[in-house]
Amino acid sequence: MAIEIEQPRVGLSKVAVSKTHGEDSPYFAGWKAYDENPYHETSNQSGVIQMGLAENQVSFDLLEKYLEEHSEASSWGKGAPGFRENALFQDYHGLKSFRQAMASFMEQIRGGRAKFDPDRIVLTAGATAANELLTFILADPGDALLIPTPYYPGFDRDLRWRTGVNIVPIHCDSSNNFQITPEAMEAAYQSAESMNLKVRGILITNPSNPLGATIQRSALEQILDFAVNKNIHLVSDEIYSGSTFSSSEFISIAEILETRGYKDAERVHIVYSLSKDLGLPGFRVGTIYSYNDQVVTTARRMSSFTLISSQTQHLLACMLSNKEFSENYIKTNRERLSKRYDMIIKGLKKAGIECLKGNAGLFCWMNLSPLLEKPTRESELALWKVILNEVKLNISPGSSCHCSEPGWFRVCFANMSEQTLEIALERIHKFMEQRKRS
Amino acid sequence: MGLLSRKVTCNSHGQDSSYFLGWQEYEKNPYDEVKNPKGIIQMGLAENQLCFDLLESWLAKNPDAVSFKREEQSIFKELALFQDYHGLPAFKKALVDFMAEIRGNKVSFDTDHLVLTAGATSANETLMFCLAEKGDAILLPTPYYPGFDRDLKWRTGAEIVPIQCSSSNGFQITKSALEAAYQEAQRKNLRVKGVLVTNPSNPLGTTMSRNELDLLVNFVTDKEIHLISDEIYSGTVFSSPAFVSIMEVLKDRKLENTQVWERVHVVYSLSKDLGLPGFRVGAIYSNDPIVVAAATKMSSFGLVSSQTQYLLSAMLSDKKFTKEYISKNHKRLQKRQNKLVSGLEKAGISCLESNAGLFCWVDMRHLLSSNTFEAEMELWKRIVYDVKLNISPGSSCHCTEPGWFRVCFANMSEDTLKLAMQRLKSFVSSITIDNQTHQDLKNMRKKNRTKWVFRLSFQSFHDREQGER
Repeated sequence: MAIEIEQPRVGLSKVAVSKTHGEDSPYFAGWKAYDENPYHETSNQSGVIQMGLAENQVSFDLLEKYLEEHSEASSWGKGAPGFRENALFQDYHGLKSFRQAMASFMEQIRGGRAKFDPDRIVLTAGATAANELLTFILADPGDALLIPTPYYPGFDRDLRWRTGVNIVPIHCDSSNNFQITPEAMEAAYQSAESMNLKVRGILITNPSNPLGATIQRSALEQILDFAVNKNIHLVSDEIYSGSTFSSSEFISIAEILETRGYKDAERVHIVYSLSKDLGLPGFRVGTIYSYNDQVVTTARRMSSFTLISSQTQHLLACMLSNKEFSENYIKTNRERLSKRYDMIIKGLKKAGIECLKGNAGLFCWMNLSPLLEKPTRESELALWKVILNEVKLNISPGSSCHCSEPGWFRVCFANMSEQTLEIALERIHKFMEQRKRS
Repeated sequence: MGLLSRKVTCNSHGQDSSYFLGWQEYEKNPYDEVKNPKGIIQMGLAENQLCFDLLESWLAKNPDAVSFKREEQSIFKELALFQDYHGLPAFKKALVDFMAEIRGNKVSFDTDHLVLTAGATSANETLMFCLAEKGDAILLPTPYYPGFDRDLKWRTGAEIVPIQCSSSNGFQITKSALEAAYQEAQRKNLRVKGVLVTNPSNPLGTTMSRNELDLLVNFVTDKEIHLISDEIYSGTVFSSPAFVSIMEVLKDRKLENTQVWERVHVVYSLSKDLGLPGFRVGAIYSNDPIVVAAATKMSSFGLVSSQTQYLLSAMLSDKKFTKEYISKNHKRLQKRQNKLVSGLEKAGISCLESNAGLFCWVDMRHLLSSNTFEAEMELWKRIVYDVKLNISPGSSCHCTEPGWFRVCFANMSEDTLKLAMQRLKSFVSSITIDNQTHQDLKNMRKKNRTKWVFRLSFQSFHDREQGER
């Protein structure tokens, strides 16, 4: 909720009263409208359908089945012999069995095309914590990180709020499907320099949020080259890596490093989490994987401020080290997300709406620019309000993701039932028909 | 590469201190009743291992709490998706009730003022981010928990200025000590933002007297600064005087809805009282809605796992369980502390009279070769390497007087504690003989102390330091 503060309150830090937490943006205002009138299949069929929440709800049955068949994962076995050891375990190295399971899971997601060393895995309470922690380590207050637009609105808070670090955008646009180019990176770098900001790194999300697409191999090579040339860090947030619809289409920065014999690896750091691929945002499971020993050591120490509950580490160590479960989960999850994606794309096309060609994630990047009165941010927000209040769908306007081209919207499809998605698509169809007529 | 932030290269993470080096030695040679009976006994870890049986029996009787069921219905999906930084309402309610129960229900807490964090480590740092920044200082009475150097200063950029306390009055906080610390901060050009106390105290193991609490309230009122009361050990008070929370003092003095009311913040956690440090359950309680709002958003960086929130909401809502737990926890801690105190007495060692915590503040000043911190380090190293006990030297807690050590008693079995006391007794006897011999030697060679004796002992001291690394 927004707080009205007219002047800094005596006695609190600047961080406490600043607005850099970013919670006043429309990204969060849409949630308010949803909270006040949430759609429900039976009790509130005219309510607002939440399509602004990137949650993965399509594979819970697989998790529940596992838990039913393996009660020792959630209860420390009969007589709870492992309970006290687990309850006492607060070592910031993290449970070894869990790190091993995590490393192996990350390898499986990448089809075995990259190897991960469990000793390079640092555990944090969610990717939110991982990204902030890395920023504390890689940059000093006043420095800058380059981030391609459009990007996840949460980064404004996670990377800048308490760290005092700036974000300088790398502008991408639809002329080349929002791909990152060396020219755009260079322009961003120059822009930072002209503002007297020291650039410490570039942070990419691959697969991209909000684009719902993987970054191509050639682009990854160029990004790594850019980081080497400027002698800066490269953070690759691969939180959606398990949500690629086809395994072979995701190329991790780890694979690029592998082909280069790990030259220049010590500037590369990968962020991962189980919040999207496994649909467990409540359990707070994030990781930093770094090829830089000093970063690993420091990140580990800093993780004291954000450790994962040992109870949860134990549960997930059991679950993810079960190869039968993890292989089946990864495969089935991909298939279901792909099916959902096809459904929404078809439905939108029927309504006359085009989307960016996507191949991953829990959302699609929808192009409503033809509907804008003027190609401006104001028109985009006006359209967004209409969709929220009249069509009763909460979707995320591109401006909240810092997109430089107005008219794009992120639409989530995996956080609801198929029936609800059908209803949402019907509403969109009706809305587009009405507009055609008028 | 030289491309990392200043936070990486500075030493504010504090991990080079002796506090952590002792742990390293222990890890290389840990005591085990069967496998390594000559190993180092860990007495530097403030863990509460005395009541696991109570927790285990509760778990056995309440399987739903861990199998994601509520009244036999699966709530797995609901919990898996729950990442609201306001926290699970049922858990917050159970937690504030538990906090009130620990305080004899003399005060009550409102869930709207409670912020959940991944442990007290996170709570303390988050509060600091809300209240202070580079150029600011927070005053802390010495001796204090070594982790504060990292938790309060590392990423926030704030400074700690000590409030010097001494054994002359049982290390209690005095008005002059408070004033002196405030002046010291000003001399350093630091803006004092508040005072942080741990009550009951770590490492002293004592509850703060009402007099000290009144002094604190008066001081922060007068200076218009904040007061943080870390009450993480509030459930470990096993004998009189009874625990008096800062909230009780404010209530008794009718200070609700005054300015100072909004500048008092309490930190809590289940790591010590319930012995669950691995579960990462901490909380900030504040009467300032702006602090609550900011801390709530910041808690995004360290939320408590919803799986764990659910388990503990079920456990702490069981009032029959909490009543029994609190009472048995007190009794067992008292019994165990008595064993440590009497064991130390047999070795001719006294400690500060204590009524709380998981450790005693032990007086080994009489065993020092000189009244210096070098001598304290020397003694500590002998205790770690020769006596094979890892205890915490007072200097790591910023104590101004050499010779004090924190010795934990609740993280081992009774037998292990007994063994530790035997080892200590033998050591003290041998020192006494040594000192006697040394004294005789001294008398004999009063004016002829040869340099090579000094060179030799200096050498072995250095060899040990190499070994540590």
